[in-house]
Amino acid sequence: MAEMTFKEKMDKLDHIINEHKQKPGALMPVLNDTQELFGYLPEEAQKRISEELNIPMAEIFGVATFYSRFTLKPRGKFTISVCMGTACYVKDAQGVLDRLKKELNVEAGDTTTDGKFTLEATRCLGCCGLAPVITVNEDVYGKLVPDDVPDILSKY
Amino acid sequence: MEMYRSHVMICKGTGCNSAGSERIAQNFEAELKKHGLENEVVVERTGCFGLCALGPIVIIYPEASFYSQVKPEDVEEIVKEHLLKGRVVKRLLYAETVAEDKIKSINEVDFYKKQVRVALRNCGVINPENIDEYIAFDGYKAIEKVLTTMTPAEVIDVVKRSGLRGRGGGGFPTGLKWEFASKSVNDKKYVLCNADEGDPGAFMDRSVLEGDPHAIIEAMTIAAYAIGADQGYVYCRAEYPIAVKRLTIAINQAREYGLLGDNILGTGFKFDMEVRLGAGAFVCGEETALIASIEGERGMPRPRPPFPAVKGLFGKPTILNNVETYANIPQIFLNGPEWFASMGTEKSKGTKVFALGGKINNTGLVEIPMGTTMREVIFEIGGGIPNGKKYKAAQTGGPSGGCIPAEHLDVEIDYDNLIALGSMMGSGGLIVMDEDNCMVDIARYFLDFTVDESCGKCTPCREGTKRMLEILDKITEGKGEKGDIEMLETLAHTIKNASLCGLGQTAPNPVLSTLTYFRDEYEAHIKDKKCPAGVCQGLAKYFVIEEKCKGCGICAKQCPVSCISGKPKTPYVIDSAKCVKCGVCLEKCPFKAIVKQ
Repeated sequence: MAEMTFKEKMDKLDHIINEHKQKPGALMPVLNDTQELFGYLPEEAQKRISEELNIPMAEIFGVATFYSRFTLKPRGKFTISVCMGTACYVKDAQGVLDRLKKELNVEAGDTTTDGKFTLEATRCLGCCGLAPVITVNEDVYGKLVPDDVPDILSKY
Repeated sequence: MEMYRSHVMICKGTGCNSAGSERIAQNFEAELKKHGLENEVVVERTGCFGLCALGPIVIIYPEASFYSQVKPEDVEEIVKEHLLKGRVVKRLLYAETVAEDKIKSINEVDFYKKQVRVALRNCGVINPENIDEYIAFDGYKAIEKVLTTMTPAEVIDVVKRSGLRGRGGGGFPTGLKWEFASKSVNDKKYVLCNADEGDPGAFMDRSVLEGDPHAIIEAMTIAAYAIGADQGYVYCRAEYPIAVKRLTIAINQAREYGLLGDNILGTGFKFDMEVRLGAGAFVCGEETALIASIEGERGMPRPRPPFPAVKGLFGKPTILNNVETYANIPQIFLNGPEWFASMGTEKSKGTKVFALGGKINNTGLVEIPMGTTMREVIFEIGGGIPNGKKYKAAQTGGPSGGCIPAEHLDVEIDYDNLIALGSMMGSGGLIVMDEDNCMVDIARYFLDFTVDESCGKCTPCREGTKRMLEILDKITEGKGEKGDIEMLETLAHTIKNASLCGLGQTAPNPVLSTLTYFRDEYEAHIKDKKCPAGVCQGLAKYFVIEEKCKGCGICAKQCPVSCISGKPKTPYVIDSAKCVKCGVCLEKCPFKAIVKQ
């Protein structure tokens, strides 16, 4: 399926808003779906949500910046999340993260200049049996050592 | 329901799933078809079996053969030998189940022997996406009993008599919570389920939602009947896509069967529920913050009282229980509160699920009766520490908890004993650390977590944890000075006393607990500028052991800052002043002649 244009996504956003509008506390589900649709929360989308749900922009901005899942900047095509949960941490997740930083030449939280990868250190992913773990979008890689990093990156 | 002669149960929990269990399931289906067995043998995708370290896991019934670390290419052999010819493939079985002359049942294996599965009873046993399987295992029998034979007051009495306490961490008596909410008079009430499992190292709630979602629906319906609510919400982490999917499927199936909706089981009782997603904020595990988040606001805690039982979601009386707490409820009604209360210690009844992680052989999920000792959990069920290393401490309670050192390994696990040791039950993460882990670094790690996750509403938590982290950073970088430990203690007590919610009130625990049991490690960092475990890079020093050095010069060639000098065939020397502590020399030395101290 071809990538949707920004305008098509904005139309889809109207559907999302309509679907949740009647629910009490609709803002969170709307923002969650918007984040998924655009990959971030564009200002234009926030404005539309503000008008439709009758919630001031300031409040939406407040909520959007509170939760770590919501981002205001576009992200890379692939998001690499390095689990920094306790089990992974005691099994050298830091070493894996450092290697990723070196290979991608970015800091945690940033996106590579070609827009391909976003690197982030994340909270426990809950697969502690596989520690240390990283995910690349939906793919999970476990029981890693730093030297596994180049191989994984080469798959994308 | 169809009858099959064999059931192939394939774990599709998050652990096994990422180890490739879907491909294994597809291979089984293809192979069975090839041999014309598709009407005799059924493939079921189940929830977690618990032994995640050995995933992917496949169990074949009725023999209960436990195949571990199965590869997609092994499937052909299992189908041909086991399912076609009835010969169990010994080489693929979990080694612990194979004795010299016979194959042991799973329940005789150390990992499962001491476990009692109440909350996890259906995980790995049923297909969570099929309501009929849950019903076949006594599912929705408890709600039928409750709605047709009991009054709300009787329901609350049963929960109170069972002695069940909140499994999310605090351990508040569940029956009492329900009673408070039932006594609040209002036209609208809510039942919430806290599935915002944020403690690093804990994943039991995810496993229950993935493996037995109907149990949560049934339990929440019972709770709704007890307090007089008609609407429920499950607040689940968005990071758990499989759990969200299965729970949503389960809710739709329950609606279809008339087990949710306007007229449940024809009794006229009305209750429905929906899933709400979190968005990555640890503080939303706190009840008032979770409520704020469902309302569509920043997830910031509110002062209590008023408690949610009086004024909760949308200002209405609300009860909020954790996933594991709910998972116990149907069992309590089926087997009676006395049965539940017969397990455990005087003040902590029933069982508790722990997620074993870190430096332990059998990582995974275990459920044990309260009162089991830490030693049994770690060394018998967990199989001890890998690579012959020495046990140093177990961390329970995540960022709110503390460490349990070797001298307290024989403590019986219950809410009060763990608190007496300066830790807490928490949601049940149990991370084992060995001699290679630095306790100051672990304390720093948890403070880093709380600083990041503090919502910023109250000053003691927002500013205090940050100052504590700065001191810990200083200590681990080798810049610690006299008075730092005392300052940490002063800050810790202030934060504990003055913070608004549970996050702040417990945030200093990891520091206080490591200071109690491992004060010498802090002192070594500060006074001797040494990290005894060799973890803190800022304090590490690399040395060449003269006797072992053959003078090959590989280290000098590899060193990125050229701080190693020497002549061939004589011992080399590292200039500590120039060394950047990258560790390359240690890694490359073929004679293990370089050590880090």
